[in-house]
Amino acid sequence: MFCPEKYNSSTNQTHVMLQTRKEIIKELRNEILFLQGGSHPIKDTAVNIELGPINAAFSDKSLPLGTIHEFLTSRPQTTAATGGFISAILSSIMPVNGAVLWIRQKPGVFPAGLASFGIDPDKIIFIYLRQPKQLLWCVEEALKSNALSAVVAELPGLDFNSSRRLQLAAANHSTTCFIQHPPVSTPTICGARWKITPLPSGHADDLPGVGFPRWNVELLKVRGGQTGVWQVEWDGKTLRNIAKQSFITAHEQKRAV
Amino acid sequence: MIKKRFVSIWFTSLKADWFRVHFPKLAGTPFVLSAPRNGKLTVTACSQEAALLGAFEGMAPDDARSMIATLQVIEDKPDGWWQTLLQQIAHWCIRYSPAVATQPDGLLFDATGCAHLWNGEEQYLQTIKTKFNKLGYSVRLAMVGTIGAAWALSHFGPQNGCIIKSGEELAAILTLPPAALRLQPNVTDKMHQLGFYRIKDLIKISGSALRRRFGNELITRLAQALGSEDEIMEPVQAPVPYQERLAALEPLTTRTAIEIAIQKLLDTLCGRLSREQKGLRSVTLQCFRVDGIVISVQICTSRPSHNPQHLFSLFELKLETIEPGMGIEVFMLEAAPVEELTADQKKLWGGVNGLNSAALSELLDRIAVKTGEGHVHRYLPQEHYWPERSVKDTLSLQEERTTDWNQSEPWPLLLLLPEPVIVTAPVPDYPPMNFRYRGRLHKITKADGPIRIEQEWWITRGNHRDYYRVEDEQGQRYSLFRQGHYDPGKQNWFIHGFFA
Repeated sequence: MFCPEKYNSSTNQTHVMLQTRKEIIKELRNEILFLQGGSHPIKDTAVNIELGPINAAFSDKSLPLGTIHEFLTSRPQTTAATGGFISAILSSIMPVNGAVLWIRQKPGVFPAGLASFGIDPDKIIFIYLRQPKQLLWCVEEALKSNALSAVVAELPGLDFNSSRRLQLAAANHSTTCFIQHPPVSTPTICGARWKITPLPSGHADDLPGVGFPRWNVELLKVRGGQTGVWQVEWDGKTLRNIAKQSFITAHEQKRAV
Repeated sequence: MIKKRFVSIWFTSLKADWFRVHFPKLAGTPFVLSAPRNGKLTVTACSQEAALLGAFEGMAPDDARSMIATLQVIEDKPDGWWQTLLQQIAHWCIRYSPAVATQPDGLLFDATGCAHLWNGEEQYLQTIKTKFNKLGYSVRLAMVGTIGAAWALSHFGPQNGCIIKSGEELAAILTLPPAALRLQPNVTDKMHQLGFYRIKDLIKISGSALRRRFGNELITRLAQALGSEDEIMEPVQAPVPYQERLAALEPLTTRTAIEIAIQKLLDTLCGRLSREQKGLRSVTLQCFRVDGIVISVQICTSRPSHNPQHLFSLFELKLETIEPGMGIEVFMLEAAPVEELTADQKKLWGGVNGLNSAALSELLDRIAVKTGEGHVHRYLPQEHYWPERSVKDTLSLQEERTTDWNQSEPWPLLLLLPEPVIVTAPVPDYPPMNFRYRGRLHKITKADGPIRIEQEWWITRGNHRDYYRVEDEQGQRYSLFRQGHYDPGKQNWFIHGFFA
């Protein structure tokens, strides 16, 4: 651990010392993460999640798995955008033969629409349950089953106790869970909290028509990482940052005049 | 091969016994049952007391009444009713043998391999007889190796019942009258006239001569009684080959006891299934309560399973529905249908096994048992452009898709039921300028389309749809369509979904 003697050593040893300092900080960070409640805060995940610019926000430069990701949705439009963002993540964490459970209250997600996010919709099993109690039970069972790559749930609400239960189940069984729910007043426990809203699309060459989906991604809370806001575009394969590409669409030009 | 054993039970006076049991006032009094036969009121059954005083079947009830002053004449129930009663008794008798069939005036058990559970055939017959006598029915039984001989000996054999070893049927039926062979009355009458009073008189005569005189039926019946020709019985309930039963020494009432019973049954059943490389898709637990009520609990699995822990965890979710009441005497576990289940090839690497993993199907089973059927869906693509028809709901996890997901057009991520929207569309076949959805005006800034999807006339008739993918000022993307051709006077626009 931290040893003050090392600071008094010769210049030749400075490099070594810096190395040790870096290591010390990393170790301390790990400890803090552990105290914050994550079970496997930094693990060597073989999957490389293509989150583009957002990856920089996380403590180990990749999306934390085996935890709860909360997504705040309020209207069907944001639900669709959130669904798209989750599908984009799923496309990289779903292995070739992985299965995903998508739990919601009633039918509505169109499987053919998921295919454009690089996932195999026939590997997704949809479960429709009306009662919130049954929904929560089902999500928890799914997290405990060890049979799934990830669990996606759309809940009508979430309270502190159930979020804690779900977080424990996700952490103990290393299953990633994406929960969409409307904003609630009570605090909830999660690994990361997101808010995805749709953004106007655009073409680089100012072509007419609707372009690739674009979202405003707000990372409101993340364990051991930096929160932030990004404007990203899903180009069919990866997420790209679009904040720096400043161009004015035809419509905006019209409005400016 | 195990020698077949059959038990034939003859209710000597089923109708009278039933009335005496259900109307205790009739006990010890002479009574007859009457019903119209061939347009004439006749006696169809008489109690023992009435029979002793001279009443017999087929006489007019008034004649009987004139003979016996205290006689009660009761209206008989229809024949179908008695058959139903026999069926019910047969179902009740499944506790003695899995295969029970009804006969016109009795029951037939296939008791092969059953008697040892009662410590031998004598005790087996004695138990059945005592049980029926206790309930108030007089029966005559015979346990023989063929159905024909069993029937003959139960009806014409010794009163106390008899047990004849397989292969000795001939000697046993020699002294019985020809009627014991279940022949038509006209044939037996003819035999009587010709002086054939015993079966042994017939045996000596050659088969061809018998056939010429009495018809083919006699030869068949004789062969059936002697076991040289097979006879088929139709059990009231087809026996389930994968069945386990557990009788409790004392009636069970506690949850723990029931759990142990279920676990024991599952262990034996699953042991057998795994030895035979089979897995069950559905299993029913029947709890026979002391008060005669049978509680049955069924669980289903999405793929064949012989994992006792998993099956028990499914039963665990349904334990609340088992009300032990005064106690449960017998548990019975029946697995049907049963499918082939070859051992899984275990993977050395890779934890997740996708849709084929046993853990996933076990999870889905738990969800189905807890929440009921019809909540689990999986979709496969179909070769249709019409969005509602482009996916098919399947229950199976194993079913592979036959076609690729159609990605030629962008599809919305959320698909609604088409909901009418008010649009402003001044130019034909151009995307609308704006639309009003749920009270909010959305101004369209970007649009793609139209994509025309024709109604498939071979499925239903109707208008085509022109789909537009539009984006409003907030950047939200919608799927709109116009049903049919452009018509400024008609509101034929619908919103069909949300793009991501």
